[in-house]
Amino acid sequence: MVKKTVATKPKETKEQLLKLYSEMLLIRRFEEKSGQLYGMGLIGGFCHLYIGQEAVVVGLEAIAEEGDKRITAYRDHGHMLACGMDPNGVMAELTGRAGGFSKGKGGSMHMFSKEKNFFGGHGIVGAQVPLGAGIAFADQYQGNHNVTFTYFGDGAANQGQIYETFNMASLWKLPVVFVIENNQYAMGTSIKRGSSTPDLYTRGIAFGIRGEIVDGMDVLAVSKAGKKAADICRKGNGPYILEMKTYRYRGHSMSDPAKYRTREEVQQVRKQQDPIDSLRDRLLNWKIASDEEFKEIDRSVKKKVNEASEFSQKSPEPDDAELYTDVYL
Amino acid sequence: MGTKILLPALSPTMEVGKIAKWFVKEGDTVESGDILAEIETDKAVMEFEAISEGVVEKLLVTANSEPIAVNSPIAIISGEDDQTANTDPPTDQDEVAATVQEETASVRVPPQVPKEKLSEEIALENVSFKSQTFREALRDAMAEEMERDELVFLMGEEVAEYEGAYKVSQGLLEQFGSKRVIDTPITEHGFTGLGVGAGFAGLKPIVEFMTFNFAMQAIDHIINSAGKTLYMSGGQMNCPIVFRGPNGAAARVAAQHSQDYAAWYSHIPGLKVVQPFSAADAKGLLKSAIRDPNPVVFLENEILYNRSFDVPELDDYTVPLGKAKIWQEGTDVTLVSFGIGMSHTLEAAQELEGLGISAEVIDLRSLRPLDKETVVESVKKTNRCVTIEEGFPVCSIGNHLSYLLMQEAFDWLDAPVTCCTGKDVPMPYAANLEKLALVSVPEIIEAAKAVSYWEK
Repeated sequence: MVKKTVATKPKETKEQLLKLYSEMLLIRRFEEKSGQLYGMGLIGGFCHLYIGQEAVVVGLEAIAEEGDKRITAYRDHGHMLACGMDPNGVMAELTGRAGGFSKGKGGSMHMFSKEKNFFGGHGIVGAQVPLGAGIAFADQYQGNHNVTFTYFGDGAANQGQIYETFNMASLWKLPVVFVIENNQYAMGTSIKRGSSTPDLYTRGIAFGIRGEIVDGMDVLAVSKAGKKAADICRKGNGPYILEMKTYRYRGHSMSDPAKYRTREEVQQVRKQQDPIDSLRDRLLNWKIASDEEFKEIDRSVKKKVNEASEFSQKSPEPDDAELYTDVYL
Repeated sequence: MGTKILLPALSPTMEVGKIAKWFVKEGDTVESGDILAEIETDKAVMEFEAISEGVVEKLLVTANSEPIAVNSPIAIISGEDDQTANTDPPTDQDEVAATVQEETASVRVPPQVPKEKLSEEIALENVSFKSQTFREALRDAMAEEMERDELVFLMGEEVAEYEGAYKVSQGLLEQFGSKRVIDTPITEHGFTGLGVGAGFAGLKPIVEFMTFNFAMQAIDHIINSAGKTLYMSGGQMNCPIVFRGPNGAAARVAAQHSQDYAAWYSHIPGLKVVQPFSAADAKGLLKSAIRDPNPVVFLENEILYNRSFDVPELDDYTVPLGKAKIWQEGTDVTLVSFGIGMSHTLEAAQELEGLGISAEVIDLRSLRPLDKETVVESVKKTNRCVTIEEGFPVCSIGNHLSYLLMQEAFDWLDAPVTCCTGKDVPMPYAANLEKLALVSVPEIIEAAKAVSYWEK
């Protein structure tokens, strides 16, 4: 694990810093609640929690500009919350209700918001990567100066279509930031057992794509690297790869007992690198925010999550007639 | 006595060609490997080399004259005897030509096609027609739609500078530039996903597959990404994309390059599937497909590319997706087909007429949505049905039609529906076996006779 936490006072304003904290916490609490609802049988199927990885998406969304796009795979709840999608609609989709973002027809892995430029939510490992390049292609085609943040994991990094995409994205200088969320386990296969090389960002070198490793547990480091990468792409010099070293605390999905790693390993990361705790500790040390302010944020986040949970249970199941809608436009 | 040089077949589907340019003149001495001429085929202009030394005695065809049939003599070269493929054997040349002809007869000899009827939505008065190949009709459809809508672009392997592996995109790069006519690397999985993503983001991509056989590398994006996202997004995110390219058997390209995917894609809710037969339908349906807000799989056919049909000369000729066309009305048996299958079906219908069996011929044109009503109505009239397609027999389009007819016209059927299909084997290479594997005119005739309880 890289240890490169930003230790000096950052240039972000207090408001911005507390927003980062609050959004990471929202994802954490939202995911904990999702786990609970799953246990109660209210959420079905596959459910992949983002706990531990919050800094990655929150750090990048902090530097995203109006009109930028994002796309990811199925561990997507965090991405949706971070880009501003209503937690009620996300949670109601998890419970398969009419009030969900896909009217209950997509579920945890397949959610979209055209309004927020969130292009999914894709269930097939790696498929979102050429899709993301295509979204960036559309921006380039229309002369927009926007970038597409295309997220994938260390497991997806071994899919052939990633390299087909790298080739075209580099050939055509597409404005896409490839974000490798390296949480070190492709389901149950550790990166050592699944990858011939330890550093995934270097896989862009063969295609002439620049990239770097980022401490994905430090939201400030993520923002800084993200800004640089996005600026490069906006200027027409994309694509760019950011390999976020991160960690998921929970199993691959709710049904994963995670026997492939020790409890101690997880505990150690939690204690030493937790993205939320480490930001709070720094903000307290730098005397940017007080305990009371954090407590206030905690209360407001908890309230939001409880509302979402309530909404997701009250919202009705989709009408039977919805079975045959939205197959064709 | 010189050796006759014959016009060579330079592609699996080439039937005719012309000399674009001679590089030698009468009296020249040539050596093996010298370029004799440039020959324009159905796909490209290719150089043609001498295969033995000699003196050019006579050029039998002038450059840029009318196309001539493969195996027609084009020059006489005196010198060493040579009996390799492209020279005239000293003995019975007619017999050799006949053999070549017969090998591919089942796919290459166009039947007499009855005059195509226009869709009812087009007023018949004052419409003039021009003869156009299937290939040209597709090109015109794309050009017209690209002219009409800035968001439409074409991408695929060799579509731009090479002008299409099958010359379908001829002239488009020149007309629309490299921003809108885009050569991709050989990377089906990647560029299909990229096209689908561009569709999600509001563009209207036409993704060309050099053949649909290669689209299997990309089928996840066609089905999972393009076909399902509208539903999974609760109606928010559509993908207005067209996947197009040649589908089905060509000629002698064997198992991995000869497969009809009609039934495969028709299985998928969220996709529309089209397989035209005539050039007019190819044009009208492709224009509709490009405008459709849903993903459309547009299955073409290499053998049809070079066939000419009458195409209406209208500024904006479209054919609606999901509507079949009755090519010929009849009373005794309904023959239902689509794509290249129509070619065999129309030929069979003509022969059946000679036997006193009046066949109604329906071209489905679209396979999803399927125009069930037209088929059911026809069968209620004829009480018999034979389906014809080139694909494999298991879970075929014909199987599905049989089911629909059992459900909706059971009491009208006087005989079980019979499905004529390709055989249940990978496509063989050998000419005789390939012919056996494909659906054939005699099979259709036999099936029609059987369901009609026809006796001499």
